[in-house]
This record gives sequence, structure tokens and C-alpha cells, in this order.
Amino acid sequence: MFTETFLITLFLGAVMAGIPLLLAGLGEQLSEKAGVLNIGLEGMILAGAYAGFLTAWASGSSAVGFAGGAGAGALVASLMVVFCVILGLNQIVIGIALTLLVQGLTALLHFVQFSRSYPRLDGMQSWRIPGLAEIPILGPMFFSHNPVVYLAVILVAVFAWIYRMTHLGSALQAAGDKPAALDAAGVDVIRTRALAVLTTGALAGLGGAFMSVAVAGVFIPFMSHGNGFIAIVLAMLARGRPLWVLGGALLFGASLSMTTALQVAGVNVPVDVIQMLPFAMVMLVLLVAGRKASLPAALGESFERGAR
Amino acid sequence: MQAPVGAMADAPSATPGPVVALKGVTKRFPGVIANNNVSAGIYAGEVHVLLGENGAGKSTLVGMLSGLQQPDEGHIEIGAKRVTVTSPRHALSLGIGTVFQHSMLVPSLSVVDNFTLGGAWWKRPDREGQAARILETAARLGLRVDPFALVATLSLGERQQVEILRALMRGSRCLILDEATAMLTPQEAVSLGELMRRLVTEGLAIIFITHKLNEALAYGDRISVLRLGKNAGEIGPEELRAHTDAENTARIIALMFGSAAGQGEAAMREPRAPGPVVLEVAGLTAGSGRIPLENMTFAVHQGEIFGIAGIDGNGQKELAEALSGQVPSRGSVRLNGREIGALTVGGRRAAGLRYVTDDRLGEGTVATFPVAVNFLLKEIGSSPFWKKGVENPQAIRAQAEDHVKAFDIRTPGVQTPVGKLSGGNIQKVLLARELTGAAEAVIFAKPTYGLDVQNIRATRARIREAAAAGKAVLLISTDLDELLELADRIAVIDRGRIRGIVENGPGARDAIGRLMSAGDSA
Repeated sequence: MFTETFLITLFLGAVMAGIPLLLAGLGEQLSEKAGVLNIGLEGMILAGAYAGFLTAWASGSSAVGFAGGAGAGALVASLMVVFCVILGLNQIVIGIALTLLVQGLTALLHFVQFSRSYPRLDGMQSWRIPGLAEIPILGPMFFSHNPVVYLAVILVAVFAWIYRMTHLGSALQAAGDKPAALDAAGVDVIRTRALAVLTTGALAGLGGAFMSVAVAGVFIPFMSHGNGFIAIVLAMLARGRPLWVLGGALLFGASLSMTTALQVAGVNVPVDVIQMLPFAMVMLVLLVAGRKASLPAALGESFERGAR
Repeated sequence: MQAPVGAMADAPSATPGPVVALKGVTKRFPGVIANNNVSAGIYAGEVHVLLGENGAGKSTLVGMLSGLQQPDEGHIEIGAKRVTVTSPRHALSLGIGTVFQHSMLVPSLSVVDNFTLGGAWWKRPDREGQAARILETAARLGLRVDPFALVATLSLGERQQVEILRALMRGSRCLILDEATAMLTPQEAVSLGELMRRLVTEGLAIIFITHKLNEALAYGDRISVLRLGKNAGEIGPEELRAHTDAENTARIIALMFGSAAGQGEAAMREPRAPGPVVLEVAGLTAGSGRIPLENMTFAVHQGEIFGIAGIDGNGQKELAEALSGQVPSRGSVRLNGREIGALTVGGRRAAGLRYVTDDRLGEGTVATFPVAVNFLLKEIGSSPFWKKGVENPQAIRAQAEDHVKAFDIRTPGVQTPVGKLSGGNIQKVLLARELTGAAEAVIFAKPTYGLDVQNIRATRARIREAAAAGKAVLLISTDLDELLELADRIAVIDRGRIRGIVENGPGARDAIGRLMSAGDSA
């Protein structure tokens, strides 16, 4: 069963399924660090998937699709910023509302435009890194991917660097842990949080666009299929460490892509069982690691100067 | 309240005008006037103490000076120039640094990262350079600070030193310390006082906010007293030096509480013949708390105040919780001869055992619930306040208004969330709840802890009243003077055991002291 093909299929599947989780998870981690529990993540992914597909389809360019997806994610996030960061409404309620809004709206818009047909995009080209991509096994595994994959992996390092080494990292940490202290230090808490949430939206939107443009090549209503919620769990378990989000995303990606890999290997397991895997995995991981999860002190609390 | 002109005339001729001045500042909140036409001048080289009881408007004043709030009327002057302090950052740039009562450091960041917070976001913090500057300044002030320690690992006193250091390194000329000693151990408070004295010799102006009189006298050069949001008076440096501490104390107390509430020596309790035994505890043992209770035996008579003395953390909390039924225990607890040791919390309460907790906002009240509902927290669903599970707002309101009147609770209304009240008023809410109805025996756990002088007095009066009304009172306190003032008999608790019981009277203090230090031989 553990043939070379099986492993490569599984790994590639893990990457393809894991990248949206990684991007959204990194984004959620950023928001949570800054003190905003972004439950609207699922909606941001879906908005990105829809807009990414639409722009890629209209322009014929996947790059435009990715940009469109990120933009749509940020647009949904801007609603989150207005309602939760600026007006200080309940983050959980608004997050759920945004997700429901995007689910309905994208399904409706897609139906209006395409009725019941699901047009496909042309196959995606990957960036084969010259030389390295020719190495057997490792080549197809690591050096022959969509540019977004490389970007996502680079972002892991970038975020780790920002969190540890920059003023911005300290400011984000303070916005989530003790916003009043950040305010007293003269940094605008609202602006810091808004920046974090908008970035989250762009990242989640990019993740969604990756799903529709690069993986599926098609937009299907509700296609984000709980990825946003898995990403929220990932971000909470990763406790502020971007590298853990990467590991978690690959783990969940692997369990999501298990179906294909097993079919390739010719093993016959009921599809339902395998589709249950990622969610069983979430529960298992929560059982093992969930108790140690520590979240920012001011997570989910709106900030108002001088309030006690 | 002295006119600023007069204050300037008081100051030594070499001293220029105040660094910071409040001119007729008024601040209103819904339902209260927090500050009413307050004026004060803060001079370089002086510790200016703002003294006042809880709710006198001290914190609001700090909020306005540090830019968290703006005055509704009046203004703030810095160096004789009128300014509007718009934000904490603006206050800092004007040279006003504030150390708030609750730490303003980010616990999950290191000390040095807390200092560099607020730098241009795209830059890398200069951690090494900042750490060197921290160490240098700390050494100059005689403080020891590890710049790379995580703030969460520091004690409250250390965090405060870090905050003072930070305010100074940002160029503050006026340092505000808001209730700075409230959270500190006595040793830490003393070293803070010494630090303040060192800082003013360097020419800094310090505003030290406190409600503790002895600290005000020990560290202050000038003392302003606030009462009910107004200036009650100011004592300048010459005046302060010209009088003895006792004279100053008397003067300040008169200012703080009005002439009605002098520092009258509290009379010791009249000895009285004990009534029948009401609360009888025998062989009480409980192992679930931090301090296990071992074989406690005592009895409290009708109309008696039975004190439990001891150093805090020797099983006082555990005893109160075991008696009230909040933690499981073995042994016998009898109330009026009836065994209640097997009953639940509710059952014991129904039998007439009441418990006034020291954790007022934690287990005592629900902060977000209205005052009226907090009165009924232990009777939710009972008639006449609930009829067949449906709330009866008139009955609840009527009872609440009675309580507010009877216990002199200062609240904007009975529907105000209890968390918005001051500590003293929350305690009154608790007292009203526990002392009314069919109470037979009442447990008070540290009833005056954290209250100001006036509320301490009111609470002690309630405890006396409860005993006079024939209730058996168990008074757990870490304040020996309080026990000597109130109790008939005093038991000493030490590491979960009763070491002995002393009749209150002459020589009781020595006897209790001996029992406290007796150790394991007892």
C-alpha cells in the first residue's frame, strides 16, 4: 500500500488541500494575536473562492484570479473591521452572520450568472523550479507547485519573523493581550487590529481562490466546506507559532486527501469513512493538545479607551 | 481648597509655578459627578498626595491627567499653559507619565519589548540598546530589573518598578502613581516610598494617589484631600512639617470624613452572659482546600461574636467554606441542635446559616446583574419574588429599595449592575442579603478587607447589630485590632487547626500572640 505513487499522491494532495488551511490559519492566527476572534473566516474563504474563480474565468489569468480572491476576502474582512473592531459589536455573532451572508450571496450570484452549469477553468500550470524539479520523487513533491504554494510557505517564515523580530509583532501581541497598554504607548489599537483583520481576509480569500482556481478549477456553492473552521482550530492550537500552523495544515490536508491517495493505491475503503477523517482528526488533536491552548487575554473583547 | 495664588505664596521662593495644575475641573458620568470643580497644583521636587476614600474621584482625576478622559468643565495647565490632553500618548509627550493601579504592561512580552512598544512598526526594535539603557537607569535609581524577563514572571512590585522606569525614560517630568501601593506587599510598599523620595530629590513632581493615611504622611510633601469629588482641603509642605504626625492625622481625618467622623477610640465590647449554643462545630475535618482542616471544635453562643484570629492563609477560607457547605467536610456541624453537616449550601442557608464571603465580586455577587437581583442571588425562584417560576418585578424592586435604604447603599438605582458600585457598597449589598431574613448564625470572612475607613466602620456596626439581635456570629479576620474590638472570644487558627480559645479582655492580645507563635507544640 505504501508505494511511491501512494506517498507522492498523498503528499501532493496534502499540499493542495493544506494550502487554503495554511493561508487561512496564518491569517486567523494574526487576527487572534491582535485580539479579534475572526469567526467569519469561512465566509472570507468562500468569498475568495467565488471571486477568484470569477475573475480568473473572466480574465483567463490565474494571477488575476488570486488577486481577485484576496481582494474579495479583504472586502468581507472590512465588514468585520467596521462592525467588530470599530463599532465593537460581538465578534462571534458578526462572524457567523458574515459567513452565512457570503454563503447565500455567492450561491445566488453564481446561480444568476451560470444557472446550474459549472464552467471549468483550464488546467493550472505549475512553477517547475529548473533543475530541482527534475530530481526523482523530491522533485515532484517539493519543486513543482503553483506559485501560491511557495508564497504560503514563505509567509510562514515572514510571519514568524514579524512576530519575533519587529515592532509590529510586539504591537500585535499587545493589541491582543493588553490593548490599553498599547494605547498608552501611543499606538492606535483600532488601526492595529484593523490591519490584522484585513490581512486575514486577504489571506483567507487567497486560500479560497487557491481552492477554486488552482485545485478544483471550478466554483461550486459552499465549496469551502468547513475549511475556515478547521483553520480557526489550527490557529488556536498553534498558540502564536506560524510553523505549527504549517504542520497542522499539512496534517489536516493529508487526511482530506486520503480518499484520492487510497483510490490510487487501490485500497477499498468507504468514501464516507475517509471524508470523516479530517473532522475526527480535529477532535483527536483537540483532545490531545486542546487543553494547553492559551489564547490572548483580550481575545474577543472590543477596545474602548478608558473603559474598565 | 486653596487658590493657586495662595499655594504659590506657600511654596519656597526658589520654586517656580506648578509643573501641572488642575483648574476647576469637573467631570460627570451618568448618575454621578466624579469631580466637581477640583483645583490642584503639582510642583517639581514634591510628592503631592491625593487622598480620599473609595469613590472620592481620585481615579477620574488621574484619567483626565493621563488623557483617558477629558474634563467637562475647567482645564489642565502644564507649565502655566492651558492644554487639552487628548490621549495617553499626548500626556506622555507633555511630560506626564502615569503608572495605573492595574499594570499597563503586556504580560506576554519581555520587559524590553514593553519599552520599545510603540516604535515605528517596520523597524526592528533595538533590544540590546534599550536593555542597556534600562539597566543604566535602573542602576541610577537603585532598582534591579532584568530587561529580558517576561513580564508575566515578575511580581506586582517588580512590574510597578518597570512601569516607573518606563515613565521616567520617556522623559516624564510629572509622574502619577495611582493607588500604587494597593497591590503591594508591605515591604514592596516601603521600597516604593523610598523610591518616590529619591525621585523627587532629582526634581521630579510626583502625584501619589492613595487612601492610606500613614503612607500619605510618610511620603507626602503636600497633601490634597478629595471628598465626594470635591477639594476638601490641602495641606502644604510648611504646614505639614510644622505639625506632628498625630496633629496632621487628625486634620486629614477631619477633611476626609467631615468633622462627624473623628478617630474616636472604639470601645471594647461589653462583656455579656452567653446565651444558649447556636452553632456547634465538632471534629470538623476537610482535606480538599489548600490548607487541610484538622479536627476543629468550637461553639458559638446566641448573641456572641466568636473571632477567628490568625495569619492569612492558615485555613480561614477553608473553614468558612466547610461551614457554609461549599466544600465537603467530615465531622459534625450543628445549628440549634440540628445536625446540618450533611446538608447542601442551600439547605444550610435555609436552616439559618449565613456566610458573608470575602470574595465579594467572585462568589459573592454577579457583577453584571442588577443590585436588586443580587439581593436574591441565593433565593432565585422562591416566592414572593418568583411566582411559579415567573419573576415578580414589583416584589423584587420593593425589597431592593428597602435594602438600599436600610443599609445605606450608595447606588444610582436598584437596576444598576452591582459591579459598577464601589467595594464598600458591594459589601453592603452582601450584608443586606445575608443579614436579613431568618438568620441564626452568620459567618463573616474578612468583612472589612479592602474597604475604606467609613465603610469599615459601617460594616463593624452591622456585625455588632447582628450579635445584639441574638444571632451567633463567627468573625474570621486577619486584623487583630478588629477582633479585639468586636469579639467576645477569640480562637487562634494556625495551619488548619484551632490552637486555643481566648476570652477577650485585658491581656487577650498577648495570649493570642503567644498562641499564634506557639507552633507545633500546641
